[in-house]
Amino acid sequence: MANDTWRYMRRNPELIVGLCLLGVLLLFVAIGHAIVDLDKARPLSGRPLLPPSPSLPFGSDKQGRNLLAVMVIGTPQTLEIGVLAGLIGVTVGTMLALTSAFYRGTADAIIRGVVDVGLTIPGLMVLITLAMNVKGGLSIPQMTLVVAALAWLFPARVIRAQVLSARERSYIDIARLSGMPTPMIIIKEVLPNLMPFIVASLVGSVSAAVLASVGLEVLGLGSFDSLTIGMTLYWVIYYAAIINSWWWWWIPPIVIIIILFTGLFMIAVGLDEISNPRLRRRA
Amino acid sequence: MRADYLAKRVGLFLLILWLASTINFFLPRLGGQDPVRAQLGAQAAMGGGSQVGMKEMIAEYDSRFGLTKPLWEQYLTYLNDTAHLNFNFSMSAYPTKVIDIIWRSLPWTLTLLGVTTLMAWTIGTVLGALLTQPNAPRFLKFLLAPILTLSAIPFFLLGLLLIYLLGFQLRWFPLAGGYDQGLLPALDPKIIANMIYHSILPALSIILASIGFWTLGMRGVMISTQGEDYLLFAESKGLRGATVFWRYAIRNALLPQLTALALALGNVVSGAVLVEVIFQYPGVGSLLYQSIRASDFFMIQGVVFMIIVAIGVATLVLDIVYPLLDPRISYARR
Repeated sequence: MANDTWRYMRRNPELIVGLCLLGVLLLFVAIGHAIVDLDKARPLSGRPLLPPSPSLPFGSDKQGRNLLAVMVIGTPQTLEIGVLAGLIGVTVGTMLALTSAFYRGTADAIIRGVVDVGLTIPGLMVLITLAMNVKGGLSIPQMTLVVAALAWLFPARVIRAQVLSARERSYIDIARLSGMPTPMIIIKEVLPNLMPFIVASLVGSVSAAVLASVGLEVLGLGSFDSLTIGMTLYWVIYYAAIINSWWWWWIPPIVIIIILFTGLFMIAVGLDEISNPRLRRRA
Repeated sequence: MRADYLAKRVGLFLLILWLASTINFFLPRLGGQDPVRAQLGAQAAMGGGSQVGMKEMIAEYDSRFGLTKPLWEQYLTYLNDTAHLNFNFSMSAYPTKVIDIIWRSLPWTLTLLGVTTLMAWTIGTVLGALLTQPNAPRFLKFLLAPILTLSAIPFFLLGLLLIYLLGFQLRWFPLAGGYDQGLLPALDPKIIANMIYHSILPALSIILASIGFWTLGMRGVMISTQGEDYLLFAESKGLRGATVFWRYAIRNALLPQLTALALALGNVVSGAVLVEVIFQYPGVGSLLYQSIRASDFFMIQGVVFMIIVAIGVATLVLDIVYPLLDPRISYARR
């Protein structure tokens, strides 16, 4: 079994590369927590705008934060928003998709209608409307909830289509004929077969949620004392760090975001290969 | 085209407009205290030159949306205002009307977005189709990996990198803005050239970051059409390879790409809004950023609504064009 897994993994290098990239990020956070004094992420904890040096590997920003400490705290926070919002989105989306595809009728009509309309409206605009009604910028839990508010739409549509095709298969007929109640069919027969799709849409949702939260923060809707990657980028733009040659300020958040998105993208491509054998490269 | 299909699409468009304005109306009122009213008060308390105007604005706001009126009456007033694109005055630039400022910014965004989306879609689609051809040039295969990687990166991050490399280090392109300071935007060849020069970097960041999406989509569709009978038939008729490729394979694979375009518009706009912020491009994205910084509620509501309208119109147009291109759609009862 382990041997088979290994052989498969070698055929699917994207998945490996993606997992390694995410692993690098987690390693950075773990090592950072062990060696960096996280109190130094507070404003005015050091001299402002110092370029990197042995004692200050990432330098400091205009408000005197130690940027290494900021990145060590901010990376998991940004990930947390993405992962939680993505999980909420996919869970709700899957439940709605199953209800919609299995019971059809009015429930299906309503869910499909809401999803169709919801996906036509640019998501970021709705999120901005939600966010501007929260006083004093979005804290991390608030950001998670706001982003999750729309994160279920896309999974609901994609998974519903998969459930619709799954329920026509003969093993479902057999389960039905042998008297299995519908909820049991869904849990024991349909869900396990849909797992690759659900995991794939989870990766997509996490990536979309991170993008949305970073977007809201760059627009200035995040909480000003939060240290997420998005807020760091907000300050980078606010103080025009790029044209002031403060390169050490903007390179780390950009590199972290690029690693994160490329990693998620690679994993998505790798998972796609598992769930869509048709795309499998001909050896 | 069948009338009921058209009616359904137009109905969907109107439904979206109604939903957007309803959310705009009810969300601020959910918390009990109206944050719009609170912001108006705070703005007036700050004083300054526009204070007299602010007081009038509050009086006007209270008489229309104050607690003396029942909620449904306020709601109807709001819907009526929105239908006339009356989003009140700007809180930070009183006495300019919100809609006047939006009309000034919208052409910038629509042009930038229209041109870049069209270019990215065309380049990506052709590239994706070429990639499935066994005799495709080899350099294309090498191009695929970097293009796909770029597509994973948010538009605005690519923009930041482009500003640094091509703008700040190499000084090939301006760092920010839509035209040189001291120029007034006008339909004069020299000024238009200047505006195009300023738009190259923002456009490049949108195009480079979105080509991959279209390439990947087209490649998938082309692979799945490869075994189709009509291609086999075209080939066995002895048609030239190029004819089969352009007239038979691509034309049929284009339809799903068009559907994808309608679906992706919302994401493209969200991305472009942030690109504008990075480049301080004078479109609605920058306007949104400034009004969020100034807590200008009326302006934010107006911009959000107009962006939703713009995307709604674009989707509606695509929906109406689609059955003209794919005759199967108009007869299918759904």
